[in-house]
Amino acid sequence: MTRHMLGLHGVTAESLGMIMERAWRIRQNRQQYREKLKGKLIAALFFEPSTRTKLSFELAAHWLGAEFIHFPLETSSRVKGESLLDTILTVTAMGVDALIIRHSNSGVLEWLKEKVDVPLINAGDGAHEHPTQALLDLHTMYHYFDSLKDIEVVMVGDIQHSRVVRSSIWALKTLGARITLVGPPSLLPREFEQFGISISWRLDEVLPKADIVYLLRIQQERQQKGLLPSLADYTRQFGLTAGRLSLLKPGVLVMHPGPVNVGVEITAEALQLLRSWPRERAQVCIEHQVASGVVVRAALLDYLLGEESHEITA
Amino acid sequence: MKLLLKGATVVDPSQDLEEQADLLIEDGVVAGIGRGIRADYARELDLSGKYLVPGFVDMHVHLREPGFEGKETIATGTAAAVAGGITSLACMPNTAPPVDNPLVVGYIQQKAREAGLARVYPVGALTRNRQGEFMADYSALYAAGVRAFSDDGDPVDNSYLLYQIFKYLLAFEDTLIISHCEDRRLAANGLVHEGYWSNLLGLPGIPPAAETVAVAREILLAQATGKRLHLAHISTAGAVEWIRWAKEKGLPVTAEVTPHHLLLTDAAVKGYNTAAKVNPPLRSEEDRQALLQGLREGIIDVIATDHAPHKIDEKDLDYFEAPFGVIGLETAVPMLLTELVHRGELSLRELVQAYSCRSARILGVPGGTLKPGAPADIAVLDLEAEGVIEPRRFYSKARNTPFAGRKVRGLPVLTLLGGEIKMEEGAVKVGKQE
Repeated sequence: MTRHMLGLHGVTAESLGMIMERAWRIRQNRQQYREKLKGKLIAALFFEPSTRTKLSFELAAHWLGAEFIHFPLETSSRVKGESLLDTILTVTAMGVDALIIRHSNSGVLEWLKEKVDVPLINAGDGAHEHPTQALLDLHTMYHYFDSLKDIEVVMVGDIQHSRVVRSSIWALKTLGARITLVGPPSLLPREFEQFGISISWRLDEVLPKADIVYLLRIQQERQQKGLLPSLADYTRQFGLTAGRLSLLKPGVLVMHPGPVNVGVEITAEALQLLRSWPRERAQVCIEHQVASGVVVRAALLDYLLGEESHEITA
Repeated sequence: MKLLLKGATVVDPSQDLEEQADLLIEDGVVAGIGRGIRADYARELDLSGKYLVPGFVDMHVHLREPGFEGKETIATGTAAAVAGGITSLACMPNTAPPVDNPLVVGYIQQKAREAGLARVYPVGALTRNRQGEFMADYSALYAAGVRAFSDDGDPVDNSYLLYQIFKYLLAFEDTLIISHCEDRRLAANGLVHEGYWSNLLGLPGIPPAAETVAVAREILLAQATGKRLHLAHISTAGAVEWIRWAKEKGLPVTAEVTPHHLLLTDAAVKGYNTAAKVNPPLRSEEDRQALLQGLREGIIDVIATDHAPHKIDEKDLDYFEAPFGVIGLETAVPMLLTELVHRGELSLRELVQAYSCRSARILGVPGGTLKPGAPADIAVLDLEAEGVIEPRRFYSKARNTPFAGRKVRGLPVLTLLGGEIKMEEGAVKVGKQE
């Protein structure tokens, strides 16, 4: 049976714990893992542009001694009419040990997994899941909290279109955290409550309880699609502004998957103030998240492809 | 040529009949119904224990020919129909070329005659080339035999034009406008019902309002003009309420529901199952209950399949790329018998009324009755026969059903068209011509 990482929905606390533990060990002693995936070939097929995710997978592969090849498909072969499956089959026929895929269609890996017999790793499928982002966020959170049990996580932004949210909420729930999603109703359907989490359309009401404030990136085109009056309106209601900093609980973590639209999700003034504050008051851990990306992706690659590899138990 | 069908329970709501009786067919028409009928020189079939009903009439079918013969042809589609107990069907005009001129009407009629299996009534396009810009050539289509007009999957967005069409067609008194109710701006390229599953799977949702807004518009245009309107494949509780309102006002409005909307919810898309990708989308359990209740109350008049065949490789794509549509001709009767009739949700009589009597009446075509003199279009059902929905055994070219593998109890076992056997024990008499 092939081992995949398609998403975190249904993944057990045990599996999450093992990946976290391995990431911790790699972080402690990278050298020990230098040849873990020697001779393995990992291919990244990105049908959507990506800088940091692709780069951190590439570094992760290098850390473990694997070969890494990248096909920037958003510009090339699909234009020529080569079908998605043809592309995937061509690449797998050339002999790869794992495929890392990013694609704009939600669920595309669920379909592909029936067609190929190499491990598939989801680097973001549409608005569905982005499991490695959620895993690296967990890694960051564990750097600051010993346990996520009863930790209050407030995620703010375009919930509707966020694949980060659709991975994070499952993992956070499994690990005992409490989640509140915040955003304008046009980007946060009431039905999210059916997942057993809280929702709010007013940031000011939920900020005071947050142990972690997770800001999501707002895409410019949401405004053009009539989902927002303007980015300025968004910032007034949902941006982390200097005025809102007084609502924050001491010791709060501020996270963002990047790249940050400074002035939209968080204002430059607020960011500057937060960074100047002592750790006991607040911490911005965006850089920690980026660094965690490589560690966690290396842990995942080793977990799926290494000698003591595992299936993700769901 | 005489045929005597003996001993079945005849269920014919058109003459309030539900009793064990013999039925005599002479020269292709029903010659008599009663107990202990004797006829000299008649071939006799013993149907004891079976149910004999007017052949089913499906007013929403895509036969795909001309233009998309890889998906289905008139021959394979009508074979699928009689395999499913369906003797008459109306086929939608989204062919290539579309049914917006009498040549295509004639072509479909000719192909249907050659297949010789079921009565086929082409629905004409509502606008030229189905583009929603100009009226179609109604008088020419009418002269060719068309009595129903629709742009089906591509509804006329322009309310002004639609209003003029409703008025224009008043002069063609015995015609019907069939509306696929969808506000496409509101549907916004959605792929599934907007709700729990769209949120879980991260798929763009189609809100129920995309249907109800359009239903309201169509009903108000029917009210404004008095033109007879039929609402295709209703999927929402809200639409049922609008139709209820229209009927209370006495407006000339009828409506249909598909077996898949009656039997499934959006949970069927779990795992990005493209076999359940259909437009309008499978909705919530509340919607499903409202549709069932609407059907029982007669707010929704008819059942129709919206049989929408696609090639296997077309449906075997990811959820975004795969086309909308499910097939239904060979699954409708077994699934409805199993899930609704046997469970007491709908009586057999109500099923026959909704899937035969009323559909024939709304279309204004023969069938839907076994009154003496009516064509002997008949379906015989074995309510105890058990089976499994096996797509590889379909007569349809397509396999895109969300019911694959489902166990069924209740099968059509004999289909007659104009007194001729077209299907017996599941085997279609392909190649026989009238």
